[in-house]
Amino acid sequence: MDDALFIHRIHFAFTVTYHYIFPQLTMGLAPLIVVLKTLGLRTNQPVYDDAARFWTRIFGINFVVGVVTGIPMEFQFGTNWARFSQITGGVIAQPLAMEGVFSFFLESAFLGLFLFGEKRLGRKGHWWAAFMVFVGSWLSGFFIVAADAWMQHPVAYNRLADGSFEVTSFWGVLMNPWALIQYAHTMCGALITGAFAMAALGAFYLLNNRDVEYARVFVRIGVIAGVVASAMQIFPTGDLHGKLMAKHQPATTAGMEALFHTQQGAPMVILGQPDVEKQRIDNPLVVNSLLSFLIYGTTRAEVEGLDKVPKENWPTNIPLLYFAYHVMAGLGTLFVGVMAISAFLLWRGSLFRTRWLLWALMLSAPFPFIANMAGWITAEVGRQPWLVYGLLRTTEGFSANVSAANGLFTLLGFMGLYGMLTLFYLFLLQREIGHGPGASAQVGAAPLTVSGGRG
Amino acid sequence: METIWFALVALMLTAYVVLDGFDLGAGALHLIAARTDEERRKLLQSIGPVWDGNEVWLLAAGGTLFYAFPLLYASSFSGFYLPLCIVLWLLVFRAIGIEFRAHLDNPVWRDFFDVLFSLASLLLLVLFGAALGNVIRGVPLGQDHYFFVPLWTDFLPGAQPGALDWYTVLCAVMTVAAVSLHGALYIILKTAGALNARMRTVVKVLWPAVGVGTVASLVATVAVRPRVLDNYFTAPAGWIIPALVAAGLLGVFHFTRKGQERNAFLSSCLYLTAMLGGAAFGLYPVLLPASGDPALSLTIHNAAAGVSSLRIGLIWWSIGMAIAIGYFVLVYSMFRGKVEQHDGGHG
Repeated sequence: MDDALFIHRIHFAFTVTYHYIFPQLTMGLAPLIVVLKTLGLRTNQPVYDDAARFWTRIFGINFVVGVVTGIPMEFQFGTNWARFSQITGGVIAQPLAMEGVFSFFLESAFLGLFLFGEKRLGRKGHWWAAFMVFVGSWLSGFFIVAADAWMQHPVAYNRLADGSFEVTSFWGVLMNPWALIQYAHTMCGALITGAFAMAALGAFYLLNNRDVEYARVFVRIGVIAGVVASAMQIFPTGDLHGKLMAKHQPATTAGMEALFHTQQGAPMVILGQPDVEKQRIDNPLVVNSLLSFLIYGTTRAEVEGLDKVPKENWPTNIPLLYFAYHVMAGLGTLFVGVMAISAFLLWRGSLFRTRWLLWALMLSAPFPFIANMAGWITAEVGRQPWLVYGLLRTTEGFSANVSAANGLFTLLGFMGLYGMLTLFYLFLLQREIGHGPGASAQVGAAPLTVSGGRG
Repeated sequence: METIWFALVALMLTAYVVLDGFDLGAGALHLIAARTDEERRKLLQSIGPVWDGNEVWLLAAGGTLFYAFPLLYASSFSGFYLPLCIVLWLLVFRAIGIEFRAHLDNPVWRDFFDVLFSLASLLLLVLFGAALGNVIRGVPLGQDHYFFVPLWTDFLPGAQPGALDWYTVLCAVMTVAAVSLHGALYIILKTAGALNARMRTVVKVLWPAVGVGTVASLVATVAVRPRVLDNYFTAPAGWIIPALVAAGLLGVFHFTRKGQERNAFLSSCLYLTAMLGGAAFGLYPVLLPASGDPALSLTIHNAAAGVSSLRIGLIWWSIGMAIAIGYFVLVYSMFRGKVEQHDGGHG
């Protein structure tokens, strides 16, 4: 592999993977905060408003890191992937520029009002500010997914004489069927992260026997949102996404399952390590015919293996693709299990006393982050060797005028910078969690100084 | 069609400089002008609710540039790789400088973020000024439309220049002065008391510097790139731009003396707009001049996206910008008047 190409790939992979830790929590928490604020308005119980205030503080810290790590992404198409930008800019920059014009302005206008304007806006006005921030963050997610979806499944384009693309239909790019399904799947994933974060922190407070009144609200809302989102993550969104993939990217599907040979009644591998050289799976634990059934609805259908794909079009890192997919799917199944049991006990009224399950909820908090990452790695590694599926190879897209050494220099710079951000983020988060939602009740007297006043 | 997009991108970048300019300028002056924690909080509160929205102009302009002129976006962002990555780091430092400072009431914590915020703002101005200088001076574009400039070479604006040479450094110094003045005028408008008084002193010092700098940078620009005057001779109406520059500069002086804070700030807006408008007018139809063979320059003709893209883009862009301007009117009107202590979460 060319040195510079490798560095540019790692550069984008690192910065985007790190970045996505934060927006998924932003997009997951935003609707839950709107729910808390709605409950506060409806019931007039201060516990909901205080709970909303507490999560707004966490949201604020998280949002800042999401924004500052997101800005470099907008520029890295040009800095590290110049050829790709030159060729596809006439299409792919449509959703990217629209994100700036339609959602960043919206978010920036209402975020300040949402974080600091509770007193000035009144309760209803503040609900609207929260709602607009939620809309802005979800709109932002849509534009990014639409851009990625075009790379996965290019539509509504025309190729010009110089090899570059122009868009032929405004709605074509936005209403790309791939974008709609991928968006639903991505948003369910973000909701899972937000729901688990809320439930886990509630469980932590319950196990510590502190802030119990708030903790019960957190667990209740987290579990209800979590069980819905986890279920929808698998069916229908995951199911539809898998079928779309099998139809349009059979090589990726075969790579995800490490299915080297085309076969009828293809099995689903639950565990095992793919050996690409010998084209087999070591230590396999499989469910017979399940893959055929999941894709085609019948156990006898034939599923295309990698043998049907010319070798130069094989995904370039099959083991990583296989593991990323299996981590995502495995964790996704675990989420349904944990949330279904929790929801059942919540309904029976015994969840708050069931300590082992509270422990499980608390310890689950990191896993949605991992599952979301693994999902994106599946999508992006699975798209290889293409940048734009079937049209533009990854080897043709990087900035050939930026040397490997310069790329490494800035990669190391970003790593150091993000390492520092991580420390500040965890420190500030730990402080908020330490203060707890009970502190919001006192701050409630002077809500305008939420972030500065207490100190 | 390409001309419209040239104007739109220039307009967005100008909006960025005028709007984010005042909070960058305020940032550059933060350590010097605001001495006590109280004053620093006040300064931060005066930009707190708006700085993020102002910075979005940079992102939106970047995205629009990507869409309308993909080759320019690709060539310049990769060619200016090192300075641009440094800009990205500084944007991170600056944002956390503003947003994390208030979380702890601890002098070490606050000093740390004050310095971070101020230094990052100052260095951003240096780099943005140098960037403008680079775009006027030209870069060593090759046959393939790409180039790569190191941070510096021999500090001479020759055929193989670095991002920093004597001309772009002059542009950087000039930018620091002009935008700091802009920031000072904004803080005067938004505050009262000691901070207001100290900023008046800053304006008194900076104004003559900006005046001298304006003349020096114009002379240097004509020396480095005489072609910049071509459009002014073919379309003499363009001479109104230097007149507006002078009017803006004199307006700052006049209204500051009269104590008309709002008009002084608006004059500064006019000055910055006219300076950037003058540069754009001098460049057109070139987007990025080649320092070698002029035929290799990137122009609105060889760098634009397909016609279909440009036509479709005009529709969503207009709708989006109309909404965005609505947000700005809303936020700025909610935030009008001078800031008072303990009002708002920043600082």
